Amino acid sequence: MGAVGESVPRREGRSKVTGQARYVDDVALPGMLYGATIRSPAARGLIRRIEYDPSIPWDEFTMVSAADIPGVNRVALIRDDQPYLAEHQVNHPEEPILLIAHPDRYLLEEARRQVRIHLDPLPAIFTIDEALAAREAIWGTDNVFARYTVAKGDVDAAWGEAHLIVDGEYETGAQEQLYIEPNGMLAVATPTDGVTIWGSMQCPYYVHQALKALFGLPDERVRVVHMETGGGFGGKEEYPSVIAGHAALLAWKSGRPVKVIYDRAEDMAATTKRHPSRTRHRTALTRDGRLLAMDIEFVIDGGAYCTLSPVVLSRGTIHAPGPYSCPNVRVRASAVATNAPPHGAFRGFGAPQSLFALERHMDRVAEAAGLSPAEFRRRNFIRPGETSAVGQVIRDPVDMTALLERAFELSGYHQKRAEFSRPQPGPIRKGIGFAAFMHGAGFTGSGEDHLASVVRVEATADGRLCVLSSNTEIGQGTNTILAQIAADAAGVPMDIIEIVPPDTAHVPNSGPTVASRTCMVVGSLVESAARSLRSTLLTSGALAEPYSGADFRRACSTYIEQSGPLSASARYRAPEGLQWDDERYQGDAYGTYAWAVYVAEVSVDTTTCEVRVDDFVAVQEIGKAINPVLATGQIEGGVAQAIGWALSERVVWREGRMANAQMTNYIMPTSMDLPPIRVHFVEQPYARGPAGAKGIGELPMDGPAPAILNAVAHATGVDVRAVPLVPEELMAGMTKEE
Amino acid sequence: MKKEGGRVIHIACRVNAVEAEIDGHPMERLLDALRIRLRLTGTKEGCGEGECGACAVLMDGRLVNSCLVPLAHAAGASITTIEGVAADDRLHAVQEAFIAQGGAQCGICTPGMILAAIDLLERTPDPSPDDVRRALAGNLCRCTGFGRIVDAVLQACRRTSEAPPR
Repeated sequence: MGAVGESVPRREGRSKVTGQARYVDDVALPGMLYGATIRSPAARGLIRRIEYDPSIPWDEFTMVSAADIPGVNRVALIRDDQPYLAEHQVNHPEEPILLIAHPDRYLLEEARRQVRIHLDPLPAIFTIDEALAAREAIWGTDNVFARYTVAKGDVDAAWGEAHLIVDGEYETGAQEQLYIEPNGMLAVATPTDGVTIWGSMQCPYYVHQALKALFGLPDERVRVVHMETGGGFGGKEEYPSVIAGHAALLAWKSGRPVKVIYDRAEDMAATTKRHPSRTRHRTALTRDGRLLAMDIEFVIDGGAYCTLSPVVLSRGTIHAPGPYSCPNVRVRASAVATNAPPHGAFRGFGAPQSLFALERHMDRVAEAAGLSPAEFRRRNFIRPGETSAVGQVIRDPVDMTALLERAFELSGYHQKRAEFSRPQPGPIRKGIGFAAFMHGAGFTGSGEDHLASVVRVEATADGRLCVLSSNTEIGQGTNTILAQIAADAAGVPMDIIEIVPPDTAHVPNSGPTVASRTCMVVGSLVESAARSLRSTLLTSGALAEPYSGADFRRACSTYIEQSGPLSASARYRAPEGLQWDDERYQGDAYGTYAWAVYVAEVSVDTTTCEVRVDDFVAVQEIGKAINPVLATGQIEGGVAQAIGWALSERVVWREGRMANAQMTNYIMPTSMDLPPIRVHFVEQPYARGPAGAKGIGELPMDGPAPAILNAVAHATGVDVRAVPLVPEELMAGMTKEE
Repeated sequence: MKKEGGRVIHIACRVNAVEAEIDGHPMERLLDALRIRLRLTGTKEGCGEGECGACAVLMDGRLVNSCLVPLAHAAGASITTIEGVAADDRLHAVQEAFIAQGGAQCGICTPGMILAAIDLLERTPDPSPDDVRRALAGNLCRCTGFGRIVDAVLQACRRTSEAPPR
């Protein structure tokens, strides 16, 4: 019996429930200073003067400005446009300008408040419309970071043949990742020894790459060590490079260890959030309710610097037409600049935005066509062998109708839909709605080819099998599932497997821990490296089948004694037949997709306009659940986060600054706000995933918002089209209906 | 937050059944005294304003957010942090259940969550799922959606009712 498919307990579970797990803020080094960041007080302007209050003993402080940077003052990512520290001009509120460090963190905080930045203001823009109008160019010549166009068939020729055309515009707001452990980094850095970083992060090699450029150092002089990380959700994908750079600059200048830990308000106001979006749909139907043309305009607000916006846009663009088959599709997508702090990676990465618009729109199109939401989808679901808008032939044996039926059965959808469609007396109105969607696993397009990830497994002299990868445990279960995969591939019990903590001095670059790729892409490399090590042992004669764990351990020891070190590596190579053309933006956008139908049942209080989710059913086809308890936890947590995005998590913007950067007034769901989330897996093993598994981390973020708004529309008859649907917004909608 | 003229008090309290003496500013947060002075880093800081519950500890049998408790208030108190929950190598039933049910993901809310669950089970040995949800409403978790945590607490109370609690 193997480990895969078993709910083996989380590997680091014991250290987490006893308080022994070490997060970056739990570490203190002798002589350590605390670091803080002085930030821009306004959205855009030229730095005229910096004033230091004389009440502070400034000579005790280490102070760093852009002039102190030894290498390149740009965060290495896609466009390298974002400075670590502003030089002459600031482009968003909270932009870092100066760094200060001191051994006394109380005095440090006092000092932070006693620096005044005087700016000569420049005109700033805050909305997608202002960005597109480009009357004020705040980035490049037209405020556009990236554009994509998808064109299948001939949309313009289709309008004339349409039986029905339905238009709609949809919006989604920013969302804070709100990992409960704020961002933080600890640095030791000197010109002689180079730079070492310990911190909270998803992607050690992103930080490594960034620090090399910042200090002008070669690979081996920068070391990045992953500490236990208290949640990421994308929020610790790219921004940790900035904080690591800041801590390292202060350490470099002071010659002492420096720890920078953001407090909650700073983390919420200054670091990345989910891109706000606006999507316009125009959809043509044939007489028999089939999709004839989909014309989609998708715009995301990237904030002041490019960061990851082009790739967020790309995923959103490819997911925009959803799990449907349509002969004529056009998607015109752009990511634009505004003077807000840069928006960045957040679970789903553009797909939740475009799928929200799509699935809310599909309910409206069905209604216009006189079909039930379910019947309309049944007629249009994509089927195996059909082609997506970017030309990807669907090879999975996907059966969306079966997922739909399963979700309906588990939720009692048909009976409830009929019941809630009858007049409801009293102030509470019930409704039920659903969303059908998919999520591509791994990097988009040619991304995995460029990453060329490497995983290594190594046997120790006492016969343990070490897995070396740069993929991080951030709560989702990396340590446990990679150990399960390695154990089965080597044919040994799990206690022989050791997961080596990610440290760039020891582990190869197996890519970032993002994009639902750790299980499917990296897991598959772990599987292949472990198999190859096992076959080395078998071929050498040190091991013979059948073997026990003890036999395997002895065989490793014998082999190492006689032949020297025993290890095996696996490097990513695109599966045969998988092709993507960057120029034409066409081909196999993802190795595969997880497919899902989610059903939400809601109660709307028509007096207070509060929406409560009473029941939630999540049905998804995920290839294979490596660890059912951990997989269920991923889905439940993602649904919860998406319920927050749908109903309560509103970022209040004032001149590009988050005005509610506190847990008191930025409202994430508590245990009292969430329904039971009922998770059901359908497993159709994916031939190229480890033990058949696909990626699932982001999937649950995509479906809840449209399912819930479809349910609210069912309950109230109000055509709700934007999230978060806070009570004030629903009240405005209900008042308009009356 | 500023140290006012170096004003320092001396307090004695019991932390995890061990006598502790702490010198610090009377308004220093109990959270910092525990984490920095006593090196008990299992207690976490998530927000610093009493919203998230990551810093929850038991003080004289009551669940408190240690980020909101000034050091002066801890004089003479008996405090239990996550480090004091397991007896030697034996985990508490709630800790066992968190591992078994997947109640801990990233782990940062887990210490506070476990103390909140223990506090509940001491007052309400046989809680309903709603009781559990109400008792944990002051502890935010961003990873689990709370379902696994509620299941863990219910499993723990079944366990504790089968065997006498330690």
